Amino acid sequence: MRFLPIVTQIFLWYAIFDSIEASQGGKIQDTEIRGFHFTDIVAYYLLTMVARAFSSMPGLASGIAREIRDGEIKRYLIQPIDLISFLLLTRIAHKLAYYAIAILPFALVFFLCRNYFTAGWPPWPVLAAFAGSLIMGFLIGFFLEAAIGMIGFWFLEVSSLLFVYMLFSFFLSGHMFPLTMLPDHVATFVNFLPFKYLAYFPAAIFLGKIPEEDLPLELAIEACWLTFFIVVCRYAYARGVRRYSGFGG
Amino acid sequence: MQQDSRSNRTKYWKVFLTFARNSLVRDMTFRTNFMLQCISSIGWTMMNVGFYLIIFQYTKSIGADSGWDRDKFFLFIATTWFINSLVQAFFMPNAEEFSELIRTGGLDFALLKPIDTQFLVSFRRVDWSALSNFAAGFIIALIALYSLANRQVDPMVPSVLSILLYIVFLACGVVIMYSLMICLSATSIWLGRNQTLYNFWFYITNFSRYPMEIYNRGWGRPLYGFFTFIIPVLLVVNIPARILARPISPQTWEDQLLVGWGLIATLLSLLISRWVFKRALLSYRSASS
Repeated sequence: MRFLPIVTQIFLWYAIFDSIEASQGGKIQDTEIRGFHFTDIVAYYLLTMVARAFSSMPGLASGIAREIRDGEIKRYLIQPIDLISFLLLTRIAHKLAYYAIAILPFALVFFLCRNYFTAGWPPWPVLAAFAGSLIMGFLIGFFLEAAIGMIGFWFLEVSSLLFVYMLFSFFLSGHMFPLTMLPDHVATFVNFLPFKYLAYFPAAIFLGKIPEEDLPLELAIEACWLTFFIVVCRYAYARGVRRYSGFGG
Repeated sequence: MQQDSRSNRTKYWKVFLTFARNSLVRDMTFRTNFMLQCISSIGWTMMNVGFYLIIFQYTKSIGADSGWDRDKFFLFIATTWFINSLVQAFFMPNAEEFSELIRTGGLDFALLKPIDTQFLVSFRRVDWSALSNFAAGFIIALIALYSLANRQVDPMVPSVLSILLYIVFLACGVVIMYSLMICLSATSIWLGRNQTLYNFWFYITNFSRYPMEIYNRGWGRPLYGFFTFIIPVLLVVNIPARILARPISPQTWEDQLLVGWGLIATLLSLLISRWVFKRALLSYRSASS
């Protein structure tokens, strides 16, 4: 069922490529938008599904904010447990358990769609970079959302703020369309933002859209973002706990 | 008898107005929250518009020879927005509350009230902030119509008749969506709790967002048939949008057939949803102690 939204997207893109092809002549296989053929688009959407499986954190920020509001966060202050590591481990366990099962439908869909991956498997350094970007994508997603949840120490209600964040991450992470299709000046700006690591970046690595010699640098930049969010999250938590006063019993 | 049904109708109307007013009062109690909700839903609209603008940088139309060029496609989007905002404002909060009512057993109170239960559970809350998308759709439609009327290549101004028909079929679209939602939420009576309701709704209505021509090829045909004739979500936006975006007079008989089927489908889905709802109520067992 999770793949149904992609189906409609694929039809939409097919129609788009169809009309470009009709107006320009030539075959649909040769038509491309910013280096993306139709098959690449399909592969791209499938890969962003994988990336989102790693980086999406449903209910993390709102959960933290709720625990702050309800005063449940007290228990992390008395028990010798670190809130952030505890949540991180819970997330990892949850993802592992969930995708140990969900890998079957994923594998099936990828197997059925293997013809859309025209380039076949990428060479192993690219694969390694892909794996690295997925793991870092998971961590960035975690610490970014946790940091947003920490805002709950200052404002009790963060749901509308969260919605705004979700909007931005949906659009700017490349979940909707490959980011290279943005107009140039917007694209350079979006490239500086951390959102692309949540979906676009791993998929682009796998499809070879990022030149191999640039990979180490790009991954290093991603690691910097990751460190940045870890620091922000830790700092916000430390400051927040000092500000915090327990309500309720 | 005649007198009776009329007075009944005004009574229901009054009750509905009371619901609407109460919801407005509730929304206005948290005014900042209300404003934020409006702003974020308009933000969502802007992002979608941005996405389609990006697409139309690369292509002239959606699908070869389908006639959905930029201005007409934006009319289509505006139609989607009208219907979605109406559904979200009037039915979505109620459908969510309905499955809660079943789980907690609160439906008992709804059943006891001397009023039609389906009416009560489907109109209780009105989410006024969702109507901001209606305004956004209106602006999109106005801009698209303006640019459609003033462009160099085949400019077009819709006739009064097509605007009237547009409104009628917009209403039909809302009715189809409402029936679908009632059917879906009625299933939560059988299942106890239907957590995937929302996902399911999202997946199905996802198909209504694009012109139906794009599904009509290759392995999309079964989907095309299924969502036209079994669950008619493709009709919801497509029929009104076609009426507005295409001139009425040179129409193929297929178009007319589709419009006719749209009317029938509206009626049928309303009747079926009513039936499903009543059937589902029969198997309701209260949940509280």
